[in-house]
Amino acid sequence: MPQNALKIKDHIDLFNDPEYLEIFKRKRAEFEDMPSDDEVAKQAAYINSVEYREKNLAREALVINPAKACQPVGAAYCSAGFEGTLAFTHGSLGCAAYFRSHLSRHFKEPSAMVCSAMTEDAAVFGGLNNMIEGLANAYALYKPKMIAVHTSCMAEVIGDDLNSFIIQSREKGSIPEDFPVAFAHTPSFVGSHVVGYDNMMKSILSNFWEGKERKPGKGVNIIGGFDGYGVANAREIKDIIATMGIEGTLLSDVSDVYDTPADGSYRMYDGGTSLADTAKSLDAKATLSLQEWCSDKTLDYAKSKGQEVATFNYPIGLSGTDEFLMKLSQLTGKPIPESIARDRGRLVDAIEDSLAWIHGKSFSIFGDPDFVLGMTRFVMELGGEPLHLLCTNGNADWETKMKELLASSPFGAMGQVWKGKDLWHMRSLLATEPSDYLIGSSYGKYLEKDTGVPLIRIGFPIFDRHHHHRFPTLFYKGGLRVLVTILDKIFDTIDEKTKVSGISYDLTR
Amino acid sequence: MALRQIAFYGKGGIGKSTTSQNTLAALVEMGQKILIVGCDPKADSTRLILNTKLQDTVLALAAAKGSVEDLELDDVMKIGYKGIKCTEAGGPEPGVGCAGRGVITAINFLEENGAYEDVDYVSYDVLGDVVCGGFAMPIRENKAQEIYIVMSGEMMALYAANNIAKGILKYAHSGGVRLGGLICNERQTDRELELAEALAKRLGCKMIHFVPRDNIVQHAELRRQTVIQYAPDCQQADEYRQLAQKIHDNCGKGVIPTPITMEELEEMLLEFGIMKSDEQALAELEAKTKKGAA
Repeated sequence: MPQNALKIKDHIDLFNDPEYLEIFKRKRAEFEDMPSDDEVAKQAAYINSVEYREKNLAREALVINPAKACQPVGAAYCSAGFEGTLAFTHGSLGCAAYFRSHLSRHFKEPSAMVCSAMTEDAAVFGGLNNMIEGLANAYALYKPKMIAVHTSCMAEVIGDDLNSFIIQSREKGSIPEDFPVAFAHTPSFVGSHVVGYDNMMKSILSNFWEGKERKPGKGVNIIGGFDGYGVANAREIKDIIATMGIEGTLLSDVSDVYDTPADGSYRMYDGGTSLADTAKSLDAKATLSLQEWCSDKTLDYAKSKGQEVATFNYPIGLSGTDEFLMKLSQLTGKPIPESIARDRGRLVDAIEDSLAWIHGKSFSIFGDPDFVLGMTRFVMELGGEPLHLLCTNGNADWETKMKELLASSPFGAMGQVWKGKDLWHMRSLLATEPSDYLIGSSYGKYLEKDTGVPLIRIGFPIFDRHHHHRFPTLFYKGGLRVLVTILDKIFDTIDEKTKVSGISYDLTR
Repeated sequence: MALRQIAFYGKGGIGKSTTSQNTLAALVEMGQKILIVGCDPKADSTRLILNTKLQDTVLALAAAKGSVEDLELDDVMKIGYKGIKCTEAGGPEPGVGCAGRGVITAINFLEENGAYEDVDYVSYDVLGDVVCGGFAMPIRENKAQEIYIVMSGEMMALYAANNIAKGILKYAHSGGVRLGGLICNERQTDRELELAEALAKRLGCKMIHFVPRDNIVQHAELRRQTVIQYAPDCQQADEYRQLAQKIHDNCGKGVIPTPITMEELEEMLLEFGIMKSDEQALAELEAKTKKGAA
């Protein structure tokens, strides 16, 4: 179909035009050696069978679509939340490009990062020279206030020692003697982005805390953990700190750097936890983490310095937020203000308004360990029934905690916990034992397409919808937003289902 | 007492594992709580302490379970002679994979899972030369404070000792690692003690101990025991006790080594008659040919 400048078809329509459909058909027939439609249908039916599910769950030597990213992604995210901090990949360029694009595709913002660009010779002789030159260039060109070095697999396999390399770079004058350089070893073949976040957080804190004497104060540090909604949730955390009138520091605050205004000036760095506050955070009375599996080592470290510590599992709804606020109140001696109590009341009211539509519906959930825990808890508060709860990067402790959570409520009776499984496992689970809805990241769209279970997009990454990260998920206000997201999909699904017959295709619900 | 971490390095086959295990068996007699971290894919750093070869290496079990994150410390830590805690990194078969990464993985696992708690000594036994970054893991910051190089009067052992000193030097300025000294394991080569002392002097370190050759070591080893366990009253057991005492007293007394160039090392070997100069070698060859012709 000829086009002109005034009427240009986009790819969504264009490739459905007859001439393209003809090309695709010919390509399949002549070049792709496609089996017959019957064969394809037979195979499709087989991979949806119970027999295949058993084979799939017994799979040992292959992972298909793991629901996790690698350590450096978490490390880079963590370092982006500090004032003027430049993330530095010690390793190869392709890895750095992946970390950047993964974050940029989600936040729809640039994700600045430099790389020591190790090549074949560095693999043989070690990356010391790359570090020396890389730090010198990064410091001179991008004028950061701190550089946070993480590693890609290559540097890890050959055993590059970051501590020694950075000291030698200082000796060679790449960076001033007192310039802060945090570093974390983040091999991608161990753990996941949540571990990388933890490693980098510990490294940044130790960079400012080591060798200092702690003067115990009244403040509280809060660690958000790796969070696709980090932008809005950081604002919620700071809002609670301000409303309660407590002395609080959010460690790693990405609310500005991943949400910069378009006003004509590009900001490579924006906002973030100030380095002065980071140094002062040593004196805090306690450090609280909103995500247990993002802060294992960091909290051990804070404890070793004499701080109290407490962990939460992504407090989305009522009880999770209650616990967090009460702990905060207990630590600081400040009461929970009326305005927050009213937020709670509004969420309770909203849950009641919609209870009839969620009650008894089943939900499968996948994502990071704390997210799945927090989300499962909230779903049960809404009257939903969790079914397949899958976490590729969950460990045995996570599994135990999940089972305890499910056992704590009659709504958890159907719940099945899938530790270390991937999204191809989830496909089999949904094909043979479907839930009414699926909650997870954009990668869930293929499960929705294959199994027909409607996907509610909550998690990381969300690549195919825009701006979700600009709205919170945590606490009472975030809970309201999550509730609306769930309800919108439920009502859309009902409309879709009823529009042909017209029965129950209602205006008011 | 603060945790003391030491490491044994040296050329392959020099008797590193035998020396280290005998020394540690003597240290445990002195009331020290010890953890051994074997960093050799052959996994023979704890055989004499456990009286059997340790099968459950960190990497073998991690591979079997699919991930090192699924391992528990109890799976890989075995208790040997007089309560010595034994672990082996393990590693790939010769010719495949990356043994150096294995060392990094294993040490990280042990540290993160509390193996270093409640011990006085951590001892690393590291294979051969410092061939790559992985085998330098034990000398990174916050790991071994002192390195002991096991050597003998043979040429290759001296080369290796000098190379290890170079590796230590690389890390010494950016961290706390020091060369504890040389341990000479007698091979009965010419002027062995003198040579070891001369090398120690050039490297700027101490000759910690000269361990004489004694067949009882082989007898004990055939029974998968240290001499300390097999024949506690023999002379050789006392030699190891002396070595252990010297290492114990050497705490904090390590040095930054001054490795020498290849040329300097070769000069030294010439001086001691271990190596012949080109002229010398040619002259000998000529004499031999003449003799043959006559």
